[in-house]
Amino acid sequence: MLSVKNLWVKFPTNKGLFDAVRGISFSLGRERLGIVGESGSGKSMTGRAILRLIRPPGFIMAEYVKFGEDNLIDLDESKMRSIRGRRISMVMQDPKFSLNPVMTIGAQIIEAYRQHNDVPKRVAYQKAIEMLDAVLIRDTERVLRAYPHEVSGGMGQRIMIAMMLIPNPDILIADEPTSALDVSVQKQVMSILDGLVTRRGMGLILISHDLNLVSQFCDRVLIMYAGRIVEVCDAGALHQARHPYTQGLLNSLPRLTEKTRHLSVLQRDPAWAQPDSVTS
Amino acid sequence: MSEQTLLNWLLTDEPTSRRHARLTRFYQGWLALRANTLAMLGLSILIVLTLMAILAPVLAPHDPFVQNLGNRLQPLGSTDHLLGTDSLGRDILSRLIYGSRITLYIVALVALIAPIAGLLVGTVSGYAGGWVDVILMRITDVFLAFPRLVLALAFVAVLGAGIENAVIAISLTAWPPYARIARAETLTIRSSDYISAIRLQGAKPLRIITKHIWPLCMSSLIVRVTLDMAGIILAAAGLGFLGLGAQPPSPEWGAMISEGRRFILDSWWVATIPGLAIFTVSLAFNLLGDGLRDVLDPKSRGQ
Amino acid sequence: MLNVTKLNVWFGHGRDRVDAVKSVDLTVEKGESFGLVGESGSGKSTILRAITGLAPHWSGAMVIDGSKIVGTSRDRVFFRKVQMVFQDPYASLHPRHTVDQVLSETLYLHGITDIESNILRLLDNVGLTARFRFRYPHQLSGGQRQRVAIARALAGRPDMLLLDEPTSALDVSVQAEILNLLTDLRNERHLTYIMVSHNLAVVAHMCDRVAVMRHGEIVELIKVDQLRLGHAHHPYVKELLESTYG
Repeated sequence: MLSVKNLWVKFPTNKGLFDAVRGISFSLGRERLGIVGESGSGKSMTGRAILRLIRPPGFIMAEYVKFGEDNLIDLDESKMRSIRGRRISMVMQDPKFSLNPVMTIGAQIIEAYRQHNDVPKRVAYQKAIEMLDAVLIRDTERVLRAYPHEVSGGMGQRIMIAMMLIPNPDILIADEPTSALDVSVQKQVMSILDGLVTRRGMGLILISHDLNLVSQFCDRVLIMYAGRIVEVCDAGALHQARHPYTQGLLNSLPRLTEKTRHLSVLQRDPAWAQPDSVTS
Repeated sequence: MSEQTLLNWLLTDEPTSRRHARLTRFYQGWLALRANTLAMLGLSILIVLTLMAILAPVLAPHDPFVQNLGNRLQPLGSTDHLLGTDSLGRDILSRLIYGSRITLYIVALVALIAPIAGLLVGTVSGYAGGWVDVILMRITDVFLAFPRLVLALAFVAVLGAGIENAVIAISLTAWPPYARIARAETLTIRSSDYISAIRLQGAKPLRIITKHIWPLCMSSLIVRVTLDMAGIILAAAGLGFLGLGAQPPSPEWGAMISEGRRFILDSWWVATIPGLAIFTVSLAFNLLGDGLRDVLDPKSRGQ
Repeated sequence: MLNVTKLNVWFGHGRDRVDAVKSVDLTVEKGESFGLVGESGSGKSTILRAITGLAPHWSGAMVIDGSKIVGTSRDRVFFRKVQMVFQDPYASLHPRHTVDQVLSETLYLHGITDIESNILRLLDNVGLTARFRFRYPHQLSGGQRQRVAIARALAGRPDMLLLDEPTSALDVSVQAEILNLLTDLRNERHLTYIMVSHNLAVVAHMCDRVAVMRHGEIVELIKVDQLRLGHAHHPYVKELLESTYG
């Protein structure tokens, strides 16, 4: 469905070009793909680069980013706009910054729906209720009347997911969709997302720093380090990962089951940043 | 030190002394400002203005005060008087050059008095809160409630006409917005973790305000001052125009417009040239202010 | 070391009053490492802020080292005894102050005279070299910033550190480094810790006893050894355990 070849994201700085993403290639089918890495590994930049959302002066280079017939790298901005949101949606980390604070949630959902579908307001309202039902929000009528600051973080994130799914996109990119949420809510939001994705046969790119979360909810995982993919593995087999970076990350997590005085610390090897990306 | 090593020294992420750290930050700010063409245009205009003021006796082709009634209202480009002469036969170019001194003098004084007063009132008010805040802000509101020029007129009427009094009057009308900005900034800064952290080291309010809050308010005030400069110049010119600022025969730009007004239909340049000068300098300050905002805004830097 | 009884903390008044902490009792022994776990809004951080005088309204009794705490102002003796490390190292350092300025001002405020050598010693204590001394916060990584914040907290040689989610803004590999640093510091200096976190595994790693909070109340006080065995009573704690085990 989506295939990326040799993608670079570069930012000019006082000291020359900084490569945030360095020549990565991967493809996405109707599956759940996780991208894991630490801050600065380029995982978020990868997600944004697919939708060409890198802010200038940063820029993108790639052999191709193929989405169906289109090469997203060559499309003009107006064609790109019709893909963004409509066919590839993105859910960001913090719903507070993605929802308009001065519009009720209902008004925002209805507007978003009517942008994509030419229907009267009443129909859109019914649709909005259905949408919120789909993300397991119970008192939908009250939530539709509420302003974004009046709902909790977990609720806000579910609303965002509902809005992103309105146009029935082929691919959903979720950038740390749950890291602003409490653990119990995290699970709930993830399983809603998971259910929707599987039912609709969408492709999901889940970008996260949380190895356990990704291994639970994805089919495949790309592990990024210093702008490159260092390892690709099946999510279920993440704990058998071979790359020392992945192993190091897993080992540095404190475990409730064992008592240790010191946690094992990741020893970074400059050689990890050197080799070409692993392709998938 | 070769140029390259100097550059590396200025751009390093590992400064080796306090002075070095300050210099690297300053240099990076300068680089960001330099990238903004319009801001650099504004800055160059202001540098030219400053040089003009300093070198006025050298640059001015004539004495700005010498009248020559036989030579009055010469048009632009006449021999010996590039920008023509005014109703008393004085060379407009020379008056313009000398006038830049007055403009800079006013600007510098107001830029010193108003923001500092505003900073004091605003930060104290914002940090102390409670009744201190209420009292200081109501006083600010009283000043804000009057139109600026009207209030300045009232002050000048009480203090008497003259350039120093004009400066004081303008400053008195200009500080309240700075107090408002400083207070708003202080309110956000006050609740931040780094202020909590320094409070937990036992720092007293005076130290917190002067050493921790002021440096952060400073940048938005500097930006605001540069953007306000245009208004200040115009207010000074307005007072001059109304005869309440600089007194004749001093070549203040506003006063020059005022004098030229009577001949505006026949000899348009007498009023237009100083008007253009005011316009250029105001624009320069605005351009620089816009560029400085991009560089100094603490929210957009260091990310 | 610390004794808190019937602590209530609230924000706002009248109709807008929010009770963040409701009638909490807790005792922390000298040298102990005590954990407070709960979700956002459970009041765990508010307890730390009440102890340090950063929360405006509270009632109840708090005694530190035999001396009673009153109101919201704390004296120099208190600040030399109790220090705090904040959650977000990106927000807890003054953006215009270098590491050098932060530490020298702190040392000065605690009345320590030999500032020069103390700065280098503090940096060394938290695993930073002298190269970092003149950097601004934006020239440091998250982990390095948190190390500076820990150095600042240690400057007055306190007996007790209040750790407010010290690693939740950091990557897991950096979290491991910071937690190890905190473990070592506690052993070397016999510090008492109160650690607040939403992450049960992190608190269990660092602490001996844990209080689980929900809606401003402590629902269960449990030894970590018991927790490891899964011996929780309260259904909420069981739920937390479950989601941590995955």
